[in-house]
Amino acid sequence: MDNAIRAEGLKKRFGETLALAGVDLLVRRGTVLGVLGPNGAGKTTAVRILATLLKPDEGRAEVFGHDVVKGAAQVRRLISLTGQYASVDEELTGLENLIMIARLVGHSRGESRRRARELLARFELSDAGGRAAKTYSGGMRRRLDLAAGLVNDPRVIYLDEPTTGLDPRARNAVWTTVRGLVHDGATVLLTTQQLDEAEALADEIVVFDRGRVVADGTAEELKEKIGGQTLAVRAQDRTRTPAVAEVVARVTGARPEVDDDTGLVTAPLDDPSALSAVVRGLDQASIVATELALRRPSLDEVFLKLTGHHAETDGSPE
Amino acid sequence: MTTIALEPAPIPRIGPSQTLRNGLTLAWRNVMQLKHSPEKLMDVTLMPVVFLLMFLYVFGGVVSGSTHAYLEQLLPGLIAQMGMFASMGLGTSLCEDIRKGVFDRFRSLPIARSAPLIGAVVGDTVRFCVTMVMLVAFGSLLGFRFHTDPLSVLAAFALAYVFYLAVCWVSALVGLVAPTPETVQGLAFIWTMPLTFGSSVLLPNTGTMPGWLQAWVKVNPVTHLADSMRALTVGGPLGNHAWYTLAWAAGIVLVAFPVAVWMYGRKI
Repeated sequence: MDNAIRAEGLKKRFGETLALAGVDLLVRRGTVLGVLGPNGAGKTTAVRILATLLKPDEGRAEVFGHDVVKGAAQVRRLISLTGQYASVDEELTGLENLIMIARLVGHSRGESRRRARELLARFELSDAGGRAAKTYSGGMRRRLDLAAGLVNDPRVIYLDEPTTGLDPRARNAVWTTVRGLVHDGATVLLTTQQLDEAEALADEIVVFDRGRVVADGTAEELKEKIGGQTLAVRAQDRTRTPAVAEVVARVTGARPEVDDDTGLVTAPLDDPSALSAVVRGLDQASIVATELALRRPSLDEVFLKLTGHHAETDGSPE
Repeated sequence: MTTIALEPAPIPRIGPSQTLRNGLTLAWRNVMQLKHSPEKLMDVTLMPVVFLLMFLYVFGGVVSGSTHAYLEQLLPGLIAQMGMFASMGLGTSLCEDIRKGVFDRFRSLPIARSAPLIGAVVGDTVRFCVTMVMLVAFGSLLGFRFHTDPLSVLAAFALAYVFYLAVCWVSALVGLVAPTPETVQGLAFIWTMPLTFGSSVLLPNTGTMPGWLQAWVKVNPVTHLADSMRALTVGGPLGNHAWYTLAWAAGIVLVAFPVAVWMYGRKI
């Protein structure tokens, strides 16, 4: 069996909202699937269905051949869920949280304590093990979350936005852990709103938008899919940014994206020879450019092209 | 040569013993929470004391002629009433747990479906035990004495405990239905007020109440519990009150338990 997770035609409706509008997913064993999308795209709904917390209205899903609805009990033996919604008990200490879960999955008192201590040590929480989880920092909380998810030796790990709200250092620590889990043979399904996170961790990426998969492939393939390159220009004098946009629009024939904070003007460019036309245009308009480059599109630009809106700005709550 | 059929490893079903074990582990969790945040016991320690003092000195003279005579009538009944109030906390904390996502983790584990609810209910009974201890201890300071044998006293508290367990399932149900912990509070007041005040808890002699209220008081399980508690702790005719109480408890569990487990199963 090569596939750890297989989902076909998942649909889920909450009242008027169609959270999932027919989603297919395939995750090969031992790989990381990155589910990328803004808030409200249906990522969490999909994870909850795959984690047996929610029944799909239509469609079916399997984890290692076990149906998530009919074989929910078997599926629960194979999975763990960690992230923004499945959380630890804040009132209990880190140690108590892990002991509780170990006891729940059937370990003896002594074995539970041993496992809990081992996991605390592995996630560098040994010193904080005796403190209530509510006193933990964001990064420590997330590490405890991850540790709690590993108590039952899961083969499939769902990480629902595991680094949302973490500072870069804590985020890197989580990334290192995820890489370690995959190295040890686990299959990971990771949801994220961060394009660089999907790019850094995922073997394959699916892009969710409004309950649908709008694209899938490796990060490279997704960039390929949008085709061509991206032209990026920044004027030395910020007040000339609109003039830069005008030149770029004239040469590329596309409406450029203007970042008001940085003054960076970007637009897709299919014909690399047009670069010289841009240089001439800028020269004629007497604009001094501090940045002028052709590069591969970022995932954010891919997202924009695929969905017609930015990854960050669409904010309907999930 | 022997052939060995390669069968997939059998998946052990989750039986009653595992359900109980899981439930007790989760009850342990609730007790640990109380240990770490003793302030969560504030309501069940202070409320009984305040209610006892207020009712005793406000109603004592009118109802029984003296506060001491009233204390013997009031305190056993108050145990029934305070139990109803204490059970509200369960619904609130359950609702909170669901909202915070702690229950999501439980539900994604290979444990019995009803275990988190059983754990919450069993763990919560600790709060009721604190209530009972507070009432008896503070009552003793004010002059309350048991007039029956220890076995009857024990039976009285066991009966109250069993009834509390049953009522907890109603509170759990409210906690599962209500959208926010604050709503649980509001709803809980609506259903506990008629049950606790429309009973014989405060006035053992219900003859002065209008007919329709008397009819309600007669069927109210809190009345039966309060009257049982009185008979078993300070003496008097027990009648069928204890049986009625147990029958009510059984009826409540039979209805509320399956519904609560079902609600919990389909809760998003």
